[in-house]
Amino acid sequence: MPVLWLFLIVLALAAMGFIAGRMRVTTAGGVRPHSLPNYYGWNVAMKVMAPALLALVVWLLVQPILVDRQVTAGLGENAVPEGSTLGLVMSDVRRVADGLDTAVGRGLITSGDADAMSAADSNVRSLLGEAGVALGSDVSPEVLEAAQRYRAMNATGDFWRTAVVLVLAIAGLAWGIAQSHGSFRARNSVETGIRMILLAAASIAILTTIGIVLSLVGNTWHFFQIYPASKFFGSFTWSPSFGGGSELGIWPLLWGTLYISIIALIVAVPIGLFAAVYLSEYAGPRMRAWAKPLLEVLAGIPTIVYGLFALLTVGPILLTVFGRDGLGWMQAGTAVMTAGLVMGIMLIPFVSSLSDDIINAVPQSLRDGSYGLGATQSETIKQVILPAALPGIVGAVLLAASRAIGETMIVVFGAGAAARLSLNPFDAMTTVTAKIVSQLTGDADFASPEALVAFALGMTLFIITLGLNVFALYIVRKYREQYE
Amino acid sequence: MTDATSQGGSRPNARPTTSLTAVGSRTKKRNASEKRFRAYGLAAIGTGLFFLVVLLSAIVSNGSSAFMQTFIEVPVYLDPAKLDKNGNRDPEDIAKVSTFGYSPLIQNAVFEQVQDKGIATEYDDAGDMKALISASAAAQLRDRVIANPDLIGETVDFQILASSRVDGYLKGRVSRDSITQDKNIDAGHLDLVDALREDGTVHKSFNFAFITGADASESRPEQAGLGVSMLGSFFMMLVVLFLALPIGVAASIYLEEFAPQNKFTDFIEVNISNLAAVPSIVFGILGLAAFIQFAHLPQSAPLVGGLTLTLMTLPTIVISTRASLKAVPPSIRDAALGVGASKMQSVFHHVLPLAMPGILTGTIIGLAQALGETAPLLLIGMVGYIATNYPDGVISGFLSPNSAMPAQIYEWAKRADPAYYERAWGGIIILLVFLLVMNVIAIILRRKFERRW
Repeated sequence: MPVLWLFLIVLALAAMGFIAGRMRVTTAGGVRPHSLPNYYGWNVAMKVMAPALLALVVWLLVQPILVDRQVTAGLGENAVPEGSTLGLVMSDVRRVADGLDTAVGRGLITSGDADAMSAADSNVRSLLGEAGVALGSDVSPEVLEAAQRYRAMNATGDFWRTAVVLVLAIAGLAWGIAQSHGSFRARNSVETGIRMILLAAASIAILTTIGIVLSLVGNTWHFFQIYPASKFFGSFTWSPSFGGGSELGIWPLLWGTLYISIIALIVAVPIGLFAAVYLSEYAGPRMRAWAKPLLEVLAGIPTIVYGLFALLTVGPILLTVFGRDGLGWMQAGTAVMTAGLVMGIMLIPFVSSLSDDIINAVPQSLRDGSYGLGATQSETIKQVILPAALPGIVGAVLLAASRAIGETMIVVFGAGAAARLSLNPFDAMTTVTAKIVSQLTGDADFASPEALVAFALGMTLFIITLGLNVFALYIVRKYREQYE
Repeated sequence: MTDATSQGGSRPNARPTTSLTAVGSRTKKRNASEKRFRAYGLAAIGTGLFFLVVLLSAIVSNGSSAFMQTFIEVPVYLDPAKLDKNGNRDPEDIAKVSTFGYSPLIQNAVFEQVQDKGIATEYDDAGDMKALISASAAAQLRDRVIANPDLIGETVDFQILASSRVDGYLKGRVSRDSITQDKNIDAGHLDLVDALREDGTVHKSFNFAFITGADASESRPEQAGLGVSMLGSFFMMLVVLFLALPIGVAASIYLEEFAPQNKFTDFIEVNISNLAAVPSIVFGILGLAAFIQFAHLPQSAPLVGGLTLTLMTLPTIVISTRASLKAVPPSIRDAALGVGASKMQSVFHHVLPLAMPGILTGTIIGLAQALGETAPLLLIGMVGYIATNYPDGVISGFLSPNSAMPAQIYEWAKRADPAYYERAWGGIIILLVFLLVMNVIAIILRRKFERRW
């Protein structure tokens, strides 16, 4: 039975349960029930849906994995031809099985024929072609057999799935209705259920983190099995070639990332910090009212816009000044300088609004004390407020650095594609994020080291940014405790 | 006080005796440094605003021309001998004539127009007009004829899409110098365009197709539009809205109202604050591994994009929702509990409605962020192909491959033809207009419903 139908049946049972539970309490008479009638309805509906749908979801996740594993185990050694991989054969198996399903669905063959078919005496490829599934080559007997096994297992699985879900739903219905009498505390039961839902929603954050870590660790592990980690962390060359024999050292990418981030911070930190100081210490309320939101517009602009700005506006401008016609330092519009400058612009509001908050958190009494001793406003800022706010400002700068390291679109457009270790800020360099994009959006085979290296790069990126964030939050938190 | 006087008395000549009203040299220095410091601050703000102005003016000056498009308006004779050889106006027969049957008609029409107007030109063959005409003009004419077969045999006024070179010439992107190496067009064609422009045959008009149309192949930038990818973004935002809002609100309610003070709660909070700072490209990797590699959802589908962006937006929504729940004063909860409501009822009947404006504001801002996000979409395959088809229905809107606005802009910016840069800037204008509208709605919501307690 298709999943959608199963889902709708469970919903219908739940609706029936709602009405039945509510009716049983309202029509019973006698003592006043403990809860409002709707709670009894919801109680039954919840008991129908929660176990049944949970079982359905778990089943949907687990069955493909189990079936895949069983079929793979049954494939045998010689099923994988020369120059192919187990993954490719399995995807063939899946395609053949899906094709057989389609063929049965269209009435081209009967379900029994599909199970009994053998590669020797029927042309599976042309049959599947008729069903609209194009195959690259003829179907080998092993693949066909595996596909038939795959279908059979899935059919059994589907049958039991339907059975289990329906039994759970009906059992829930019976249980819920049996509970529905006036002395039952339906509200408490429903509220416990809602609490569970809320808790589950909050746990999605954990699941996401686990998902990120698993997807990074799993694929990085694959990568290090086909490409030695010592070369990844030890080599100073990055030259992927999709034909094989590529050298994938991370250092040129890390250097490019670091260099661009440093330039971005050199642009963003002074401007952001001075802007924050002026806005919080000097500016009147009217100037604050329009300058602050205007600066923050810079933070609301999507990064793709900055990327295009770097590629088509800033790059050419820099090229006229530093290029062949000018100082001759720059070869092309895409360079570390271009990306760093534009990224710096993007980070200005980030630094300024974080520092603004921190400067405002410095108690007024410190200022008053300093003014009372005869210091000017700028002396107060330089010698009292900034030292007091320093840990927070360092935290803000670290957060900005983490943003700069993780930024993708600006470097994809602005920094160039060549990985090199150079000190000239007008050279094109590339970064970790830009290479993640280029390695995963190319036509590389997903199992090749050239594609899998992206996950190792992602892992590196994740660890660096996470470390910076944790460190920054630690500093900020430690600072906050001083004044509260 | 006594200290001060005694000290002053012991060193009577420590300072030169000057009037208190005259400014001493040290004071002058300090005042100057005060002024300098102020100037630095002003300069910093000025620089920031200057960058903003440069950015916005670059966008507007480069992108606004994408909203105008060059058309050649000529009467086209729809020759029955070519379009309907059997002469029975059978729609099937008409549909058999490919665009190759239409191209000569259009070229002839332009050539006749040139000769009728008596424009002196070096070209004496209708085929030479090809350089002026977009490759997609024939398809557009064909669509029109198939929709209305009665037109065959008549002469219809038709707005022919001009080729991107002609369009670029009118917009100043293409000049006689820049086309010396160009195989597609010669200087003579530009002379012809000048002449045709003077008599009004060639003119620019507003380019609706850019806003509503589909993407086009690499060689036809004049036809490319953002409409299909706008739909892709729309479906993605639906997914984000219907997943991130309920999940985010539920998570915030739990953390703010019900969570006990324990390790597990702390762990959730740490996770949320870290996820808010994870680079967006990492979410792209997650989407690729979890939704495409593991769950076998279709690549490039707005559903996958929406799911990925949902995970990315959740922390933003949770953080803003918690802030607005926190802003509801405890007296509201206490009053509800006092008249006998359960904790759950007090939250859902009283606290949540009061916090709703703040939650919606946060959600809209989160959606705006998700709408402009590009990096994760690159990894789940929403680039690298041409989104030419509108989705057939709601289900295919979610599941069939599509692009999204920022991904389409990325795609255009990556193409070699400079005519696509103009489209990319134009796309950015549309994207920014959407973001502006969303943010303005958020601000209005906040202004209108914000309550101070």
